Amino acid sequence: MTTVEFTTPAAYNAPLTAADLSEKITVRGLDFYYGDNRALKNVNISLYKSCVTAFIGPSGCGKSTLLRVLNRMYDLYPNQRATGHVTLDGEDILLPSQDLNLLRSKVGMVFQKPTPFPMTIYENIAFGIRLYEKLPKSELDDRVKSALERSALWNEVKDKLNANGLSLSGGQQQRLCIARTVAVRPEVILFDEPCSALDPISTAKIEELISELTDDYTIGIVTHNMQQAARVSDFTAFMYLGELIEFGETSRMFTNPNDRRTQDYITGRFG
Amino acid sequence: MSDPHTVKAFDHDLQELSRMIAEMGGMAEKQVADAVDALARRDSTLAQRVAAADASIDTLQRELEEKAVLTIARRQPVASDLREVVGTLRIAGDLERIGDLAKNIAKRVLALGGEFPPPKLIRGVEHMTDLLLAQLKLVLNAYARRSNEEAMAVWRADEEIDAVCTSVFRELLTYMMEDPRNISFCIHLLFCAKNIERMGDHATNIAETVHYVIEGRPLTDQRPKGDTTGFASMRVAGEG
Repeated sequence: MTTVEFTTPAAYNAPLTAADLSEKITVRGLDFYYGDNRALKNVNISLYKSCVTAFIGPSGCGKSTLLRVLNRMYDLYPNQRATGHVTLDGEDILLPSQDLNLLRSKVGMVFQKPTPFPMTIYENIAFGIRLYEKLPKSELDDRVKSALERSALWNEVKDKLNANGLSLSGGQQQRLCIARTVAVRPEVILFDEPCSALDPISTAKIEELISELTDDYTIGIVTHNMQQAARVSDFTAFMYLGELIEFGETSRMFTNPNDRRTQDYITGRFG
Repeated sequence: MSDPHTVKAFDHDLQELSRMIAEMGGMAEKQVADAVDALARRDSTLAQRVAAADASIDTLQRELEEKAVLTIARRQPVASDLREVVGTLRIAGDLERIGDLAKNIAKRVLALGGEFPPPKLIRGVEHMTDLLLAQLKLVLNAYARRSNEEAMAVWRADEEIDAVCTSVFRELLTYMMEDPRNISFCIHLLFCAKNIERMGDHATNIAETVHYVIEGRPLTDQRPKGDTTGFASMRVAGEG
C-alpha cells in the first residue's frame, strides 16, 4: 500500500496541503490483465482535482496501461480486463453499465504521436464537439477558437483554419490534438508521452499549456522525461513491474524519495 | 554512496566534486594551524605565507563552483545526487570563509610587528585552535565517510569552543586591566579568538550540510550554545 505524505516542512516550499485537495479519480485495488499477463498489481492511487499527476517508471512498468484504464481505452481490445475500483467523482467507471462515450468526453486523452484527423484544422476540432452537442455555426466557431486559444495554437493557425491538420508541424499537430481534447470540455485530460516526438520549443509550449490547463482540469501525464515530470507535476507516481512503488508530492519525490527504487530510478542508477 | 550510475561519467563528476572538497578542507586546516602558529611565535614570514596562500583556496572554490554548475547543467541531478552537488557548493563556501578568517589572523600577526607580550596570553587562543582543528578534522571525515552520526557529534560539540571563547574573553580582559601595555595585543587576540569561534560556526554549518546531504531534510533543531551570559557580557563590554 502506498499513501501520500503531507508531512513535508514549510522549507520544502510545498504549497499543497491535504485540506486543499479533493480526489477526482480514485483507484483502489486495481488489477489489469492482458490475457493472462497481469500488468497492474493492486494499484491504489488518487488523482487530485486541478493537480497534475506524473507517472514515471521504466518501460513496461504499467504507467500507460494505468492511464488507458482511466478512460477505459482498453475496452476496444479483446482479452484485456481490469478488476478493482476506479471512481470518477465517486462513480465507479469500471462497471459494465458505464456509458463509454460519456466517460471519454469527461476523460480526454492525448497520445505520444500526434494524431490529427485527415481533415481541416477547423473540422479536427468541430468534429468532436458535434459528437456531443448540437450548436449553431457561430457558437461552434467560438468553441473552435477558444479551444485553439487554450492550446496556444490560435495565433499560428487563425489564417488557415481550412488547411489540412496534417500540414502542421509535429508540435502544432500535438497542440491541435490537445485543442481537440479541450474542445469537448472534459474534466480530466490524460497525456501519454505528449512530448516525446517534439523539439524543445514545442515541448516547452506543451508544458506551459499543461500548467495553464490545471486551473480547470485534472491532469495525468505519463513521461519518460524525468525532468519533465519534475517541471510540470504536483504529484509523482513511480511505478515498477506493474506496482505503484511510491506516490507523493513532486517536490519531495525529486529531492528526497522514500523508496530506494524510486531514488535509483530518478537518479539514473536503475538496472 | 550508493550504486553507480548507468552513466559512469556522472559518478566521476560527483567524485571529483568530493575530492575538491577534501582538497579545500586540507588547505583550510593547514591555513588555520599555520596562522595560529605564526601568532604564537610572532613569525611574520609564516604569517605572510598564510596571507598569500589564501588565494589558492579561493581559486579552488571558484573551480569547484564552476564544476558544480556544469554538473547541474549537464546531468540535471535529482534527489541524493542533487543534494550531493548542492552540498559541495555550501561546504566550499564555508571552507572559503574559514580560509579568510585564517588570513585575517595572519594579517593581525603582521600588524603586531615586534610586540612580545607574555606567552601565557596566547594560551587560551591556542586551546581554542586545538578544539577547532579537531572539529574541522572530524567534520571533513564525516563528509568523506557520509556519516550523519559523526557530523552530529561535531554539531553538538561546537558548544565547547563557544564556552572557551567566553573564558578567553574574560581572561584577556583581566590582562588588559592588569597592564595597559597589553591592550593593543590583547585586542588583536580577542579578534583572533572571535575568528576561531566563527570558524567553529562554519564547521557546524558543514555538519548541517552533511546531515542534509545524507538525510534529505534540513536540520531544524536548535543547536546547543555555549555560555550565553558570557556572550552577553562580551556584547555589553564591546558596546560600552
